[in-house]
Amino acid sequence: MSFEVDIDHMREHFRLTANFSSAPGLTALFGRSGSGKSTLVDIIGGLIRPTRGRVAVDGQVLVDTDRGIFVPKHHRRIGYVFQDSRLFPHLNVRNNLLYGRWFARNGGGASDDLASVVELLGIDALLDRRPDSLSGGERQRVAIGRALLAHPRLLLMDEPLASLDEARRVEILPYIERLRDEAGVPIVYVSHSVAEVARLATTVVILTDGKVTAVGPVLDILPLADAGDAGAVLDATVARHDETFHLTVLASAAGELQVPRLAAAVGSPVRAYIRARDVMISLRPPEEISALNVLPGRIAAIVANPNGAQADIRLDCGGANLIARLTAKSVQRLALAPGRPVFAVIKSVSFERS
Amino acid sequence: MTEEEWTAVRLSLLVATTATAASLPLGIAVAWLLARGRFWGKSLVDTLVHLPLIMPPVVTGYLLLLTFGRRTPIGAFLADELGIVFSFRWTGAALACAVMGFPLLVRAVRLSIEAVDTRLESAAGTLGANPLWVFATVTLPLSLPGVIAGAILCFAKAMGEFGATITFVSNIPGETQTLPSLIYTLTQVPGGDAGALRLTLISIAISMLALLGSELLARRVGAHRIAT
Repeated sequence: MSFEVDIDHMREHFRLTANFSSAPGLTALFGRSGSGKSTLVDIIGGLIRPTRGRVAVDGQVLVDTDRGIFVPKHHRRIGYVFQDSRLFPHLNVRNNLLYGRWFARNGGGASDDLASVVELLGIDALLDRRPDSLSGGERQRVAIGRALLAHPRLLLMDEPLASLDEARRVEILPYIERLRDEAGVPIVYVSHSVAEVARLATTVVILTDGKVTAVGPVLDILPLADAGDAGAVLDATVARHDETFHLTVLASAAGELQVPRLAAAVGSPVRAYIRARDVMISLRPPEEISALNVLPGRIAAIVANPNGAQADIRLDCGGANLIARLTAKSVQRLALAPGRPVFAVIKSVSFERS
Repeated sequence: MTEEEWTAVRLSLLVATTATAASLPLGIAVAWLLARGRFWGKSLVDTLVHLPLIMPPVVTGYLLLLTFGRRTPIGAFLADELGIVFSFRWTGAALACAVMGFPLLVRAVRLSIEAVDTRLESAAGTLGANPLWVFATVTLPLSLPGVIAGAILCFAKAMGEFGATITFVSNIPGETQTLPSLIYTLTQVPGGDAGALRLTLISIAISMLALLGSELLARRVGAHRIAT
């Protein structure tokens, strides 16, 4: 399964140009608000007709303006989970879930089994409820289930967590991970949150002011993602648990990391997201310091931020990439320069299981 | 109540029910077209639909007579080919009432269709529903309160219609003499006052019952949506 997008869309003073194709798994469309992410998924889903271009899924051409092809949205078999869930208020949860089944002809990639989708999303207890009696998180899970049960061959998710508070996001993220790993439907996921993309994405497409500025695997692309909230993704495995201090030790290319006890089995893969502002730089191995994680590395590049007050130090730690955000003053005081060996002191690590 | 009065009441109920039932499908279709459609000549359609509301009823009745009378091409065709005769029949009264009630029906339905969130309709589209199904499963159920209100307005208008009816199909007892026509007749003859007053009270009672019924129905539809 693959899809290709090559479009050009004009809307008043905004121009969106995108040309990329997807890999299996979850493709994150990442960018600030107004960068054209939602317009792009609306074009893939058939809600907007692009000014010019071509969209193909699984080899079937859905849009080709040169040949006058435009497949209407109800013939595309592309599921769409909206930011505002859009459940039908006059139907209960069960009938919302089953809505797409009335129209689905011969099943597609997704399981058409109501029971398995209900189990996957943990919405068993909600079936007889009305949408307006559900919490925001429950509503989004039902919306995901409803889209899945219409047998989509591609699932679009437009900031499905944006309208939820932190607790609700944490509640839904594991379901989206299961969806990515178990449902077998490729997902296009729109987000402006680095943490969400780091946790979920297989491939990242970065949109800036209506243009695709980077496409590639999440580990390579995400560090470039956003100067406002830079960070690095580190793939690791659980090495052992330290029960005395309630810690978990992770093994990564950069070395061992000690983190608060994770509820993950030894040997299981974990994806860590380390924010640039949580990394300090030391020229010598620091002693008598509270931080547990000190990783040796080498400066790969120094990128000054536009305002000049800060700089992002890109580090190469045994092949893994880290980013440290320092003030320009610190960079000068320590005489940091590319190639120089340093120690990265990591204050805290956010962990996302993968 | 005299036999004549009962006949008029029964006829009025038949005429109003037929007029409402016949206008409903067309009225919903036109309302949807005006609410969601984008086409050339939309304001012309809008004006045509509203004409009976702003023209004198007598003019509407006379135009119906010119269009559907037995000797006109359309009237002759309907009578000879389809066996449908409007002039001086109760069906003609129903047609006149339907035409007069149509703008009220369309207005109410149109407003409630416009109030339905189009984002729900596009969500239904992404789930595989074609536009007709979207209308039947999302738009129509969600605009049901407006449809009920429109139908009741149309029915009430039909119960009270006088000018267009009497101009188009005259005032024939047992055939086209509806409740308002009979009230008018009774006020023209000596000693008819008592009968006119009885029919007035019945007319008020029917109107109020219709209103009450629509309130209850609308509340049930609304409650169904919010509570259960």
